[in-house]
Amino acid sequence: MKIERTGMAGSLESSDVLVTIDPNVGRGVEVVLKSIAESRFGKQIRLLIEETLSELEVVEARVQVEDRSALDCTIKARLVTAIHRAAKMSHPDWEHLS
Amino acid sequence: MGRNAAGREIPENIPGFEKVAYFEGAYAHTPLIRREKGSRTLPRLNKLVDSIEVAIEKTGLKDGMTISFHHHFREGDVLVNRILDIIAGLGIKNLTLASSSLTTVHAPLIEHIKKGVIRKIVTSGLRGELADAISHGLMDIPVLIHSHGGRARAVESGQLEIDVAFLGVPSCDLYGNANGFNGKSACGSLGYAIVDARNARKVVMVTDHLTEYPNTPFSIDQDHVDHIVVVDSVGDPGRISVGATRMTQDPRELLIARMAADSIAASGYFEDGFSFQTGSGGAALAVTKFLREKMIDRNIKASFVLGGITSQIVKLHEEGLVKRILDVQSFDLDAIRSIGANRHHTEIDASYYANPLNKGCVVNKLNVVVLSAMEVDIGFNVNVITGSDGVIRGASGGHSDTAIGSGLSVIVAPLVRGRTSTIVDSVTTVITPGESVDVLVTDHGIAVNPRRPGVAESLKAARLPIYTIEELKAKAEHLTGTPEPIRFGRKIVGLVEYRDGTIVDVIREVE
Amino acid sequence: MKTLRRTMLYVPGNRAAMVKDAHIYRPDTLMFDLEDGVPYPEKDSARMLVYYALRTIEYGDVETAVRINGLDTPYGRDDIEAIVRAKPDLIRIPKTDSADSVREVEQIIEEVERKIGLAVGTIKLFAAIETPLGVMNAPEIARASARLVGIALGAEDLVTNLGTTRSEDGIELLYARSRILFAARAAGIHAIDTVYSDVCNDEGFIAETRLIKQLGFDGKSVVQPHQIDMAHKIFTPTVEEVRNAERTLTALHAAEERGSGVIALDGKMIDKPMVTRARRILELALASGVEANKELL
Repeated sequence: MKIERTGMAGSLESSDVLVTIDPNVGRGVEVVLKSIAESRFGKQIRLLIEETLSELEVVEARVQVEDRSALDCTIKARLVTAIHRAAKMSHPDWEHLS
Repeated sequence: MGRNAAGREIPENIPGFEKVAYFEGAYAHTPLIRREKGSRTLPRLNKLVDSIEVAIEKTGLKDGMTISFHHHFREGDVLVNRILDIIAGLGIKNLTLASSSLTTVHAPLIEHIKKGVIRKIVTSGLRGELADAISHGLMDIPVLIHSHGGRARAVESGQLEIDVAFLGVPSCDLYGNANGFNGKSACGSLGYAIVDARNARKVVMVTDHLTEYPNTPFSIDQDHVDHIVVVDSVGDPGRISVGATRMTQDPRELLIARMAADSIAASGYFEDGFSFQTGSGGAALAVTKFLREKMIDRNIKASFVLGGITSQIVKLHEEGLVKRILDVQSFDLDAIRSIGANRHHTEIDASYYANPLNKGCVVNKLNVVVLSAMEVDIGFNVNVITGSDGVIRGASGGHSDTAIGSGLSVIVAPLVRGRTSTIVDSVTTVITPGESVDVLVTDHGIAVNPRRPGVAESLKAARLPIYTIEELKAKAEHLTGTPEPIRFGRKIVGLVEYRDGTIVDVIREVE
Repeated sequence: MKTLRRTMLYVPGNRAAMVKDAHIYRPDTLMFDLEDGVPYPEKDSARMLVYYALRTIEYGDVETAVRINGLDTPYGRDDIEAIVRAKPDLIRIPKTDSADSVREVEQIIEEVERKIGLAVGTIKLFAAIETPLGVMNAPEIARASARLVGIALGAEDLVTNLGTTRSEDGIELLYARSRILFAARAAGIHAIDTVYSDVCNDEGFIAETRLIKQLGFDGKSVVQPHQIDMAHKIFTPTVEEVRNAERTLTALHAAEERGSGVIALDGKMIDKPMVTRARRILELALASGVEANKELL
């Protein structure tokens, strides 16, 4: 998917995560993670972000993730929503979503 | 044969008395007795001094000594910071700070540690920036963490020798009789201060409410007090119930509390005349609310409630559901009011409460205790001192004292905090050994220590959701994933003393 | 089919903290809301959150339902596409006015079930009736689909449409409640009452729940976890009721063993409604933690 504009999803409430996706033309994928669970779950969260980006074929994006101890399924949902918003895709392709 | 000051002839040696000491005059050996008779008020027969500085000088406080404070004002404490500032100004260094506990308001101590005013800390708990700095290696000597009962034991046995105790008291007369339930800064029980007053070499009372003599009923007796200073404020009682002692509205904590009350009711320990205590923390304190309903339904009255006392407990007492309250620490304004007003709401000191080596502490008479936890491991060991990142942010308190003393210890905690499981393979720090822990109640289910098969059967019979602790751990990790290990350094920043004085664990520096 | 629906707990679909484990409060049904509880700009993110939550989190033996947006909105179709793939037990249709609106939803569900290879009919339906027209059409709605396991009253919009407000004794809802209940019973499905939205008024909640239980409702929609326990207590049968139910069922089994069609207890004939009632009491007892003989069911 092509990132065309800034897309945000989620919140800074406890157990949630705020994801912001920006275009990153010519600079590939850049991930900035801020998490209060960084020391114990940082690797796991980064891996999840990478997998989700490649699943949705996002090759150029700046991804900012501000995590408030969200579960993986929440992070994934917010990330997928933010990507769809940033790519101006109003109807997800449900058949190809994991 | 000689003549004493009264003019009497008395032999120097009398069989059975090795050496007779001659009377040398009515004032000779009792310096505190007034020298002039006649006027009722003059000279002022009192222990008042003009300022904290003067009091400190009079105590003879010197480099390397040990000073103590109590933590009855919790987050509303003002004295520790104020007095350490003054001590620093006097140029005294290398002190051991033995406060019964320390909270988030004590961040300014970091500077005093850096400048060498404080060299060592002995406390039940540490929170906030101070705790964080210590976890990251601020101090050369590790902090010693003790339980409330363990501290009383150490002070009474002389293991912890207090040179000067600075005790903030809400009311005091000019001879040193003090209590915690009168005055604008009333904080209720002075249970931790009493032990220090009895055992410190020098005792300085700091008050903002000087009363007529005698200030009865008194909790601290005049015969232990050296000096008295009047200040504008000794603490903010409104901030006692900030944080760990508030009444929760959180549905998750209420759910855990209800399941804990259900467990207690089914355990076999819930019968007329039983006794209980609830520790600090939202879910633990809320258990009382649900026990009340069950007590009314089953016509059960408690013989006594122990511990940190809250408005919930006072309500039960005033309704006649709890016959007696034994109060080592008052957790809110209702408890503070009650300890002054209710005949059977009795103040107790920390040794009476939990000193394992006196002739009988009251935790030994406790049937049920409900306690919080940051982490519990599959051996039921409990951590209430270090967070999931390994940083100190809690207090040992009466946790290990009441867990071992009670017939049934119930730990309450959410299964997952943030995204960290409460149940782990091995706790970051052991405060309470698993052999003294009986039941763990979480929002996702209950686990009973395999050492208590009878309790497990009773709870199962009551159709409570019983799992093994391993099953609960798996439920948690299904949600959270498996965390990476905490990266600790080599330096030891804390020692955890078990209530008997032995070392149960060490806390390492967080990188 | 699940037989107990004493409580359906609303969980706003965009609240991550609630979605992740609201089943700990043990409602009979957990209802993730994509409709009125979610503001328009967050419809997509709530849908996605509930989608991944249902695909990941084990909600145990608590029934899961999702309240979707109506097909007359831009969100309804995507809701069904996503949610069928996430396989909750139920989809709840909002503001159902006619049997046709149930069938339209059913048709899309069936399409998606076929696309993903799920047995047709797996996802059950619940229809919420929230308008005067819906109340009038309740009998047809209740029979609109074999997937339909219950109908629910939604009173907030209804009372406005009626030109009134909600009162303490609920007199303004008496006709709607009765009609919905009769429609459900005639179709052999569940009837669930509306929410009690004054969450601080426990006494009012208890009074209303007693009322709807007496009318014959199977349960109530709830908005706060602490209402669950109160509702379940009201639906908990007394020990005497349980013992009588056990005796009825014991007599039934004894008659069956004898091969006799005639069942008698204490000299009185036991008829089919008595057996049905006895079974329901035993189920309620077992769900409420009251001691009861499971073998008799």
